Amino acid sequence: MPVFRRTKRWLVLLTILLMSSIFLTACNEPASILNTQGPVASDETYLFWVILVVASIVFVVVEGILLFAIFRYRERPGMPNPRQIHGNMKLELAWTAVPTVVLFIVLFFTIRGVLQVAPEAEPASANTVEVTAVGHQWWWEFHYDKYNITTADSLHVPVGTDIHVNLFSNNVIHSFWVPQLTGKTDVIPGHNNTKWFIANKVGTYIGECAEYCGTQHANMRFNVIVETPDQFQTWISAQQKAAVAPAPGSLAAQGQALFKQQCTTCHGIIGVDATKYVNTAVVCNDALPGSSPNNTTNCPLGPNLTHFGSRDLIAGGVLTNNKDQCNPNSPDLMQTCNLAKWLQDPQAVKPGNDMAIGQLSNDQIKSLVAYLESLQ
Amino acid sequence: MATRTVGETTTIGVRRKSFSETYIGEWITTVDHKKIGLMYLITGIFFFLVGGMEALLIRTQLALPDGKVMDPETYNQIFTMHGTTMIFLFVIPTLAGFGNYIVPLMIGARDMAFPRLNAFGYWLLLFGGIFMQSSFIFHAAPNGGWFMYAPLNETAAGCGHGFQCTPGMNADFWILGTTLLGISSIAGSLNFVVTIFKLRAPGMSINRMPLFSWMILVMSFLLLFALPSLTVASILLLLDRHMGTHFYQYAQGGDPLLWQHLFWSFGHPEVYILILPAFGMISEILPVFSRKPIFGYTFIAWSGVAIGFLSFTVWAHHMFAVGLPSIAQAFFATSTTLIAIPTAVKIFNWIWTVVGGKISFRAPMLFALGFIAMFLIGGLNGAALAVVPFDYQITDSYFVVAHIHYVLFGGTALAVFAGLYYWFPKFTGKMMNEKLAKWHFWLTFIGLNLTFFPMHLLGIFGMPRRVYTYPANLGWNDLNLMASIGAFVIGISVVVFLINFVITMKYGEKASDDPWDAFTLEWDTTSPPKPYNFLEIPIVRSRRPFYDKKYPETADWKSVVH
Repeated sequence: MPVFRRTKRWLVLLTILLMSSIFLTACNEPASILNTQGPVASDETYLFWVILVVASIVFVVVEGILLFAIFRYRERPGMPNPRQIHGNMKLELAWTAVPTVVLFIVLFFTIRGVLQVAPEAEPASANTVEVTAVGHQWWWEFHYDKYNITTADSLHVPVGTDIHVNLFSNNVIHSFWVPQLTGKTDVIPGHNNTKWFIANKVGTYIGECAEYCGTQHANMRFNVIVETPDQFQTWISAQQKAAVAPAPGSLAAQGQALFKQQCTTCHGIIGVDATKYVNTAVVCNDALPGSSPNNTTNCPLGPNLTHFGSRDLIAGGVLTNNKDQCNPNSPDLMQTCNLAKWLQDPQAVKPGNDMAIGQLSNDQIKSLVAYLESLQ
Repeated sequence: MATRTVGETTTIGVRRKSFSETYIGEWITTVDHKKIGLMYLITGIFFFLVGGMEALLIRTQLALPDGKVMDPETYNQIFTMHGTTMIFLFVIPTLAGFGNYIVPLMIGARDMAFPRLNAFGYWLLLFGGIFMQSSFIFHAAPNGGWFMYAPLNETAAGCGHGFQCTPGMNADFWILGTTLLGISSIAGSLNFVVTIFKLRAPGMSINRMPLFSWMILVMSFLLLFALPSLTVASILLLLDRHMGTHFYQYAQGGDPLLWQHLFWSFGHPEVYILILPAFGMISEILPVFSRKPIFGYTFIAWSGVAIGFLSFTVWAHHMFAVGLPSIAQAFFATSTTLIAIPTAVKIFNWIWTVVGGKISFRAPMLFALGFIAMFLIGGLNGAALAVVPFDYQITDSYFVVAHIHYVLFGGTALAVFAGLYYWFPKFTGKMMNEKLAKWHFWLTFIGLNLTFFPMHLLGIFGMPRRVYTYPANLGWNDLNLMASIGAFVIGISVVVFLINFVITMKYGEKASDDPWDAFTLEWDTTSPPKPYNFLEIPIVRSRRPFYDKKYPETADWKSVVH
C-alpha cells in the first residue's frame, strides 16, 4: 500500500520533530514546572517524572503492539480468512490485572505526594512569613499583616523560609500559581484556602492566575521576588514608611496635586491618605462582621501606590515598570516609559480593566510619572 | 393524476399534495428513525463546522504573542462557545444521530420505541442550538467558559459590590440553551433505553446485542442520571441571577463551590457520554475490517458498564486545586485510578481484535486505528492528571487542553469520522471516494498531533488555559505557532471531507447493500433501508447474525455458546 509507506516516513519525521521540540526548548521557559526552585514544586514535579516514565513505557509497548499488528496482519493477496477467535479469558484477565497493579503503584506515589505538599505538612516555624494574597479583577494584592504592609503585583519573600499564604477573594474565583515554586490553589470567595511554599534560591519567579476570572484573566500575573533575609528586612522597613512628600514646586509635587485630585477614589498613598489599606483581608470581606461592602475608603478598588516606584510590574504584569526609561524630561517619554503609556490610555493597554480616567495631557502624565516613580 | 374522491370540490382534478408529502414537509413531519438520525447527523456536522471556525479563530488569535485579531471580550465568547458547541451541539447530536439510525437496524427493530418523542427530541436540539448561537447576533454569547463557574457568571449584584461578573444576557443564553438541549437528550435517552430493552429481534438476547447498542444503552443511562444535576445547577444559577436567591453567593451564605460540585457531577459522566458510543463504533468497525469477531465481547461490554458506574464517583478530580481535604483528594485519586482500568482493558481488547486478522485499510478502518493510537495518548495524559500533586501544577494549564482534545478529537471525532465512512453507504446507497477519504484521514491525523501535542509542553512550560493573549518572553511562541498551523491542517482536512461529501452525493458510485461484508443486521437490508427496515424481522442465533447468514458453514452459533 503506497499511501501507507509514504505516510510512515511522514510519521517518523513528525515524531522526531515533536520529540526534538521538547529538548530544544526545555531551557528557555521562565515559568516551566521542570525548573523547580523549591521543595513543594520539586515534590510535584518529581511525580511528573514518575508518571512520564510509566506512561512512556505503556505508550511505547501499546503503540508498538498496535503498529506491529497493523504491519504484520495487513491484507495481502491470497491471504486466507483468519481464525475466528472470540476471546481468551486468561489473556484478558492478565491485561486487567497488569494495568491495575501499575495504576495502584502510581496511586501510592500520588497519595504520598498529596501528603507531602498538603497544608498540614507545612514546616511552620517562628520564621514563617505569613502573607495574604488577594485576588482582584485582574491583579494581585499582597498583604503582610504582621508588618502592616499592602503591596501589589510583586510578592517579596525571604529565601529558604516557609511562606504561609492565605488566599482571599471577595469577587470571583482566581487561582494562585507560581510554577517554579508551587502548584495551584484556587482563591475562592468564602473559602479561606491556604498554601505554603519555600524558595531555595534568590531570584524572580513568575506567578499567574490560573482560574478563568473574566475579561483580563490573561493579564493577571505577578512576580515572586525571593531575597536574602537581610534584603527582605530592608524591603519591609522601606515599605513600612509613609510616602516621602515631594519637594515643593517640583514636577513631582504637581503630580501629587493631580493625584489627590484625580486618583484617590480608587487608589491610596499612605502619607497622602493614611486611612487606606489598613487590612484588606478583613475590611473587604463581605462575609465577615464589621466589613463594609461599599466602603471605598478602606477597601479601595485599585492597588496601594505608596511605594509604586519600587515595583517592577504595572497592572497585573501587563507592563513592566521600566523606571530607567521614565525620565520625565525625556522627549521620548510617551514612547519609552510604560507607566506613561499606561496613564495615557489604560483601556488600550488592558481592555476591560477598571481604571477609568479622563484623557490626560502629556504634561499631566509627565508630572504623574515624576511623582509615582519617586515613590521608592 | 385526475383522481377525484367523494366530497372534493376542486375542479382541477389534481389533488394538491399535502404538506407532509412535499420534500421539505416530509423531513419536517417525519417520525422515521432513519430520517431523524440523518437530521441529527447533519445538524451535528453543521455545528462541528461552526465550532471548528471558532477553534480556528482561537488559534489565529494565539498564533503569535500579543495577538490583536480580536479583543478579549470577543475571544472569551469564542472560546466559551467553542467548548459549548463542540460538546452539546456537535458530539452529543452526532452520537445521537448514529444511535437513532443504527440501533434499531442493528437490533432488528422497525423503528424506535417512541417515534414522536424521537422527533420532538430532534427539533428541541435544533432550536436549542440555534437559540444558543443566536447570542452572537447580540454580541452577547456566553463568555464565562463552557463550565459556567459561579460567581463569575452571576450578575453584578450576586458576585460582590461592583465586580465584573456577567450582567448581560450571555450566561442566560447558556443556561436556557443547555436546559433545552438537556430535555432533548433526556427524551432521546429514554427512547434508546426502551427501544433496546423492548424491541430487540427474536433471539437477540442482551448478551448477543452489538457492542454499539451496548454503549448507546450505557450512554443513555448516564445521560438520564447526569443531566438532572446540570439542569438543577443551571436553574439555581438562573434563580440567583434573576430572582434574588443566593445559592452560589458566599456573602449571603451561599457557596461558589456548590456550582462546581453540581456541574462536575454532570460534567464527568458527560465525558464518558461523549466517548462511550465512540467505543461502540470502534468495536463494530475493527472486527469487520480485520475479518474477525471482536476479541472479548464480554469484557468490552461490561467494562463499558463499569465505566458508567464509576463515572459518577470521579467528579472532584476536576477540582483538585479548590482546597479539598487530603482525604477527599485521596478518594478521588483512587476512583480515577479505578476508572482507568476498564478503559485500559478496552484498548487491549481492540488491539487483539486486530491481531491475527486480515486488515483491509479502508477509510473507516484507518480512522478506527487512528482512534486507538490517539485515544491511548488521551488516556495516558488523563492518568497523569490523576496524579494529584502533578495536577496542582498542570490543572487549568494547556496540558489539560491537550488531554481533552486527545480524548474528544483524537478519540470521539476520529470515531465519528470512522462511523461516517463506515455507515455512509447504508445512509445513502453511495460509496464515498476512498482516495479523498485517505487524504482526509492523514491530514486529520497529522493536523491533530501538530495542534494538540505541543499543548502538553505549553502546559508544562506554565501557560494557563483560557488566556486571550500571552507575552512574548515566556518561551511559548514556537509551540503556539505550531499548534495554530496544525489547526489549519485540520481545517483543510475538514474541507477535503466536505468536498468528498459533495462529490459523492453528486457522482458517487453506487454502493451494494453490504459493501464491507459486515456482520450485523443493519447490512442485511437495502441501502438505504426502506421505511419499515426489514421485510421480515430476522431471527438471531449469535452475536454476528448477518455473518451466520452469509457463512452458514462457519456460523458463530455452531461453535460459540453465548
